[in-house]
Amino acid sequence: MSEEKKLSANEPLKINSNYLRGTLAEEIADTSNGSICADSQQLSKFHGMYLQDDRDVRAGRRKKKLDKAYSFLIRVRLPGGVSTPEQWLAMDRISDEYANGTLKITTRQTWQLHGVIKNNLKSSIQEMNKVCMDTIAACGDVNRNVNCNVNPDLSHVHAEAHDLSRRISEHLLPSTRAYHEIFLDEEKVETSEEFIEPLYGKTYLPRKFKIAVAVPPSNDVDVYANCLSFIAILEGEKIVGYNVSVGGGMGMTHGNETTFPRLADVIGFCTPEQAVDVAEKVMLVQRDFGERGDRKWARLKYTVERMTADGFLAKLNEYLGYELEPVREFEFTSNGDRFGWVKDDKGNNHLSLFIPGGRVLDTPAFPTKTGLREIAKVHEGDFRMTATQNLVISNISDAKLPEIKALLEKYNLLNSHEQSGLRLNSIACVALPTCGLALAESERYLPTVITDLEESIEESGLRHDAITIRMTGCPNGCGRPFIAEIGFVGRSPGKYNVYLGGGFHGQRLNKLYRESVAGEDIKALLSPIIKDYAKSRTEGERFGDFVIRAGYVKATTAGNNFHANIS
Amino acid sequence: MIEIPTFAPLDDAQKNHLSGLLSTVSAEQVAWISGFLAGAQNGALGSAATLTAAATAPRKITILYGTESGNCEELADQLAKTAKKKGFKPSLLNMSDAKVADLKKAEVLLTVVSTWGDGEPPEAAEAFYAELMASTESLAGVDFAVCALGDTSYELFCETGKQVDAQLEKLGAKRIVDRADCDVDYEETFNKWADSVWAKLGESAASTAAVVGGGGASAASSVVFDKKNPFPAEILDNQLLSGDNSAKETIHLEFSLEGSGMSYEPGDVLCVVPHNAKDVVDALLAASGLSASDEVEIKGAGKKSLVDALTLDLDITSLSRKIMTAWQVISGSADLEKLLGADVKAEFKEWIDGRQIIDMIQSFPAKDLTASQLVSIFRKLPPRLYSIASSPKAHPDEVHLTVAAVRYDTHDKSRKGVASTFLADDAPKGSKVSVYIHPNKNFRLPADGNTPLIMVGPGTGIAPFRAFVEERAETEAKGESWLFFGDQCYNEDFLYQLEWQEHLKNGDLTRLDVAFSRDQPEKCYVQHKLLENAAEIWQWLEKGAHFYVCGDASRMAKDVNDALIEVISSQGGKSTEEAAEYLAALKKDKRYQRDVY
Repeated sequence: MSEEKKLSANEPLKINSNYLRGTLAEEIADTSNGSICADSQQLSKFHGMYLQDDRDVRAGRRKKKLDKAYSFLIRVRLPGGVSTPEQWLAMDRISDEYANGTLKITTRQTWQLHGVIKNNLKSSIQEMNKVCMDTIAACGDVNRNVNCNVNPDLSHVHAEAHDLSRRISEHLLPSTRAYHEIFLDEEKVETSEEFIEPLYGKTYLPRKFKIAVAVPPSNDVDVYANCLSFIAILEGEKIVGYNVSVGGGMGMTHGNETTFPRLADVIGFCTPEQAVDVAEKVMLVQRDFGERGDRKWARLKYTVERMTADGFLAKLNEYLGYELEPVREFEFTSNGDRFGWVKDDKGNNHLSLFIPGGRVLDTPAFPTKTGLREIAKVHEGDFRMTATQNLVISNISDAKLPEIKALLEKYNLLNSHEQSGLRLNSIACVALPTCGLALAESERYLPTVITDLEESIEESGLRHDAITIRMTGCPNGCGRPFIAEIGFVGRSPGKYNVYLGGGFHGQRLNKLYRESVAGEDIKALLSPIIKDYAKSRTEGERFGDFVIRAGYVKATTAGNNFHANIS
Repeated sequence: MIEIPTFAPLDDAQKNHLSGLLSTVSAEQVAWISGFLAGAQNGALGSAATLTAAATAPRKITILYGTESGNCEELADQLAKTAKKKGFKPSLLNMSDAKVADLKKAEVLLTVVSTWGDGEPPEAAEAFYAELMASTESLAGVDFAVCALGDTSYELFCETGKQVDAQLEKLGAKRIVDRADCDVDYEETFNKWADSVWAKLGESAASTAAVVGGGGASAASSVVFDKKNPFPAEILDNQLLSGDNSAKETIHLEFSLEGSGMSYEPGDVLCVVPHNAKDVVDALLAASGLSASDEVEIKGAGKKSLVDALTLDLDITSLSRKIMTAWQVISGSADLEKLLGADVKAEFKEWIDGRQIIDMIQSFPAKDLTASQLVSIFRKLPPRLYSIASSPKAHPDEVHLTVAAVRYDTHDKSRKGVASTFLADDAPKGSKVSVYIHPNKNFRLPADGNTPLIMVGPGTGIAPFRAFVEERAETEAKGESWLFFGDQCYNEDFLYQLEWQEHLKNGDLTRLDVAFSRDQPEKCYVQHKLLENAAEIWQWLEKGAHFYVCGDASRMAKDVNDALIEVISSQGGKSTEEAAEYLAALKKDKRYQRDVY
């Protein structure tokens, strides 16, 4: 890092924050306003929270002499999305007592709370702490929550993959005690030795860093959208090691073609014993070679793009002190969830539930939140949140099965997945009203769009055909819209860029089909294509492949041609 | 110079003379002049001589008053002026400064005292009241009369006056006139009582009733906008303060006082003359079966249509035993008679709870009801008092209020507070609402701008503190200030949040602590914040801070008082009794002031 370059504003902020403390504690104690200053907002992300405000009620609040309706989003660090029933119950209660009464299951397999006012930040986090959970590094320029395939049918494989995700998460956790001091009232320990953040240093990473662990043939964690992934290679039913992929990421900026989504390159193979070390060293290469002048190009995907995959591998091998082995063969077949019951090799039962938009709440017809609470009270297994915002009730013994089934029946949960293949393969980010980045609706609107499209889906006899459809309120890509077969990305209120042609199991980016389409015109735009697909597809042909063959869009073969060949 | 109104039937020279004279005279002199002129007008040409004669044999009259809103103080002032005019030697004694021993010195003791809430004496009179009720001191030789003020819509109507009246007799004083119990429209009852007092104490030359009660006898009062003559103030702003998802409906109102000549100080009260809402009037008309256009005569307001009288003049909602008794006579209802029986007090109480006049009319219908029968049961529509939320220095020619619209359901009917919903629903920007100022000397900023302030004002109790902080900002006062605010939800009910942020930034407000009760599982109120900050509160008190409380009397004020005693006792190392004494001393020094309702 010898070159003198202008650094982005976040870099000095990190350096001067005394390892992520800044003035957060003082500002959280100030009850005269519900916000924190811009610098503190950046720092608070490292501790797993974002300042937001209710955009639905923004208008008129000044006249009411009220400040914006500020509140925080809080994300939990939950490697692999696995929680105990006790933790589920705690989050259920915290969401009622301190947040907006709902739980959002995110695409990073964790809970997100919305509507936590500043005065309740500490209480919420202290309650989580009581059930051994934290929100450290759930956001910010650090390694985020580690994803892991939920893999219900092979229990020991899941256990091993999940264990890896947990070990990586622990290993890459920042060491600063800032979180404990600010939110858990931990006493500051005075020592003469200067604290050093061992992996990150004072400037942490240039940008967020995302890791996933996948077990083929399921790509439910969307490995190609992650900075770094470990793809389990099985011999028989044993994990013999992992293929390593680097440089995936979704975010881009509208109108800036130097920013683009990119799929990861699979660069090598490592043994199970090497995996945590590989994770560390990939992160360190990014720490040292990632762009720090402009946050738009700071993700690992641009570093890999710049260095090329081979160049990156060479540098990584240098950091490792040994060489990754050649890539092993593997095959993905889907990036969605397998809904319904599965029995694993140990004889335990797993039920994958469809949770629309990942939003756990009660409606008169579907008292899902209450139902899950009642199940959590008696459940002896675990809960697994999927990277597609759904939920698996895992490890139900045969003995316990009747009791759980009765509750599922009672709370109308048993048939959650009796939906169209389109709906079951949908993802929506939160967007309005809380997300400050949203340019348009997403979670509140995608169900309507799907209902509109389901008319032609039903007419064409495609009800049981899986098609991935994803919507986000902005191009930052929380809902991984750029690898969906049908992607909608908010452009302005009520308007979306429509993307087509993503690969069904996450292997290909999609392509812009139409720009700034009004939400109500989506049906007219896509219905003829859906009908054409039903009529003209070849045996087993996926929608994303069809639209390319039929000439609706050109294939995107790499991130750097995402913006090219738009018709 | 006092400005004589243009409409006065005087030429310019006369106006100048009069204005010149009025500018030089004292209040007492004005009282004498007005009495003199009134007397002269009545043809009592020898009045001056008679007055002089009366003055040769003065009798000492002590006029004792206990006041919360200032009404009793005003009436006591009137009594004193009349007494002086009549040649007596009156002295005014506020219960806040009184001791039972002072009463022994009185020859004649005239007492005017109000009752608040659940039969309680005015805040400032509490200590004296307690001393009097516990006293065994002989008051033999003292002649007394009591005028009690109250509100018939409360169960313990005029309770303080009743107790004082009985206790004075018990201590050996001699009642010269029966006690008067005045409802919210107290003028008429008071005047009758005053007349009988003066009659008892001996005639003198100047006519009294017209001067005291009639109002408008002096030249000055005809330009003053007051209770008799409220000012039609234009509404400059009527803004909902509550957030979109609030359970409450709190509004901010700005009235123009331009051209009214009215002035006020932070801590004062604005009286609003409300109208009854159209739906309430219509429902009552429907229930009574009477026609809106029936003509009725309303005392003091002349003849008008029934609908106008019900809308503008009469309290058509508050139910009391008095009204139910009157209705029983009109309706002849045997059921109602039973309910009013002395043996079913508990049943009566249960029935009246949460019910209004319309429920009575519907439950016990009257046959062949006439419009004049109906209006005869009502009392006058009382004005409503609101603590002013603005400093006149910050908002010249304006007065602001913070009002919570009261709406609730009882007995399966939706109800609404008369004045608060009148302001919320029927006082849009540009309309006019009749108002007058009511001074509240018991709630004042310290004279010294360096004195620290602690202000506790949850809910609409915030109003006077907005005025206080604005005043301190305008006068560039250097003293520290600390505000405790509370309500239900942080993001919905943080009244004037942006203004407080600005005041904090500018240093007009030193500290702000908030308690929102519904944001977390455990209820959190302002008293909890006081206790959390006990050490610093104590430091502030010890360095001379004034402590103010405004808002709900039934629970909050008591809880804050308890918290304060706990702070004083824990931080000052005092027993509970000593802490209470410390607090009583603060009260006495006017360093602990409350405006609670």
